[in-house]
Amino acid sequence: MELSLLTVCYLIGSLTFIIGLKMLSHPDSARKGNLVAAVGMTIAIFGTIFLYEEEGKKLGNYSWIFGGLFLGTIIGVLAAKKVKMTAMPEMVSLFNGMGGACAALISVNEFGHISDMFAVPVIDTPGWHTTVIPLSMAGTLITIFLGLIIGAVSFAGSMIAWGKLNGKIKDFAFPGQQIFNLVLLAATLITAGYLVFNLHPNNTFLFYVIAAAALIYGILFVLPIGGADMPVVISLLNSFTGVAAACGGFLYDNQVMLTGGILVGAAGTLLTILMCKAMNRSLTNVLIGSFGGSASGAGTAKGPQGNYKEISLSDAAVCMCYANKVIIVPGYGLAVAQAQHVCHELEKLLEEKGVNVSYAIHPVAGRMPGHMNVLLAEADVSYDKLQEMEQANDEFKTTDVVLILGANDVVNPAAKTDPASPIYGMPILEVEQAKTVIVNKRSMKPGYAGIENELFFQPKTSMLFGDAKAALQKLVAEIKSL
Amino acid sequence: METILNWIQSHIDIIYIVILSVFLGIEVIGRVPSVLHTPLMSGANAIHGVVIIGAIIVMGKVEPGNYVALIIGFLAVVLGTLNVVGGFVVTDRMLEMFKKKK
Repeated sequence: MELSLLTVCYLIGSLTFIIGLKMLSHPDSARKGNLVAAVGMTIAIFGTIFLYEEEGKKLGNYSWIFGGLFLGTIIGVLAAKKVKMTAMPEMVSLFNGMGGACAALISVNEFGHISDMFAVPVIDTPGWHTTVIPLSMAGTLITIFLGLIIGAVSFAGSMIAWGKLNGKIKDFAFPGQQIFNLVLLAATLITAGYLVFNLHPNNTFLFYVIAAAALIYGILFVLPIGGADMPVVISLLNSFTGVAAACGGFLYDNQVMLTGGILVGAAGTLLTILMCKAMNRSLTNVLIGSFGGSASGAGTAKGPQGNYKEISLSDAAVCMCYANKVIIVPGYGLAVAQAQHVCHELEKLLEEKGVNVSYAIHPVAGRMPGHMNVLLAEADVSYDKLQEMEQANDEFKTTDVVLILGANDVVNPAAKTDPASPIYGMPILEVEQAKTVIVNKRSMKPGYAGIENELFFQPKTSMLFGDAKAALQKLVAEIKSL
Repeated sequence: METILNWIQSHIDIIYIVILSVFLGIEVIGRVPSVLHTPLMSGANAIHGVVIIGAIIVMGKVEPGNYVALIIGFLAVVLGTLNVVGGFVVTDRMLEMFKKKK
């Protein structure tokens, strides 16, 4: 009776995950969808705690379980509530890593059980270790190893991605790293495969070697990839963790873990591919890291070309006040400077003066797709003021002033004109079609891809140097005094 | 060969679940607008926190005297909870800002 009640709990859980994901992909229902999935998760968790039994035995160690749940909830809520909007992507990466680590630790404990079973000496049967493991056990071992390897890679990779996004870890690559990575991965998998069929009390230590190798692989896998590609990496690691969770589902024949894990694994993979498509690159291209490692050298070698001109605050203010149509292009600079509120203020001020203002959002502006949307939504910028790339590209022709706030690579015309450029082929916001372009940047330094932007040297472009927040505040004050 | 067929036979329901879930996962988010990419990723991140259930089962099966396993299990429960709770709260915070303005 109780066990079948648990099955119903898991059914509800799986259903809410599917409905939740579905609702999450529509703006109107997204928030409810998140809540639906959370409720389903709660039911599945408490169902497991109170109803799960194995061979007629209920779960024990309640104090440990509730202690862990309590501690995790406190830390989780605090961390999630305190984090700044700009640091959201890092936070997602961090939580993703926790899930990966959880999956890996489950494997560690389960392996402990199995190796304890084999620790009983069977000395009189010579050569027992080659035959003693039945195939059913091999299946269990395979899922344990997969959970361990995928979980550990996801954990280590997410930590590196987290460090990269908040600037603590720099890109790092050594010659032959790709080959080294491949060899390391192959060695790890082969060792795991060997162990599945040849497990012996004398070689259980290899399990921990595999764990260490998977961690190292996770680190080396993410290290050479440029910071601009971190969204793709996080999305990929997200789907990895999903698969690791599904391994747990196999292990315990647990439907809710299986559906939840596989759903995320599949959806995450699709999301990763969608992100790559937005940048017009293949996934392998991102992972092998032509952006981060080798390409930056080629870009900087060219050096700055031509002259750029600066614009004074009052000129910029006048220019925007007397325009009919202004489009704002936000980028990572806006996020770093936390300038979203003053940006909204500028928008309202211009609207009052009869200027038509909208925002053009590049799919990969910022550090994560949708990063800019979230940021502007925080400042109460109305939904319908945000234009997606195709829509905006039609609008630029009739636009008087484009104001670029801390965006660089997503408006670089080299993506269309220079086949040698590492970002060649990436769809961009074609701001150069507007009459005037004002670029706010802190300095002339190249953007994340490490390449020069010829847009800044075009005659219709003028530069407004300074931190986005400070510059916008001054601009707002200037417009008010007009 | 026979063992493989047997294996498939005895796990057929799981295999069905996996195959259908893969297609469902792809189908369900197929038309997501790019506006929602970040919240969706974050929401999916919270959902794979379902791995916590495995952690709870592991924890609940450990012999009370086995402290190494208890501590590892405890860590797994804490990390899994972090993933679930943190994931859902962060997603909710992101979506909170998507209020429709009239």
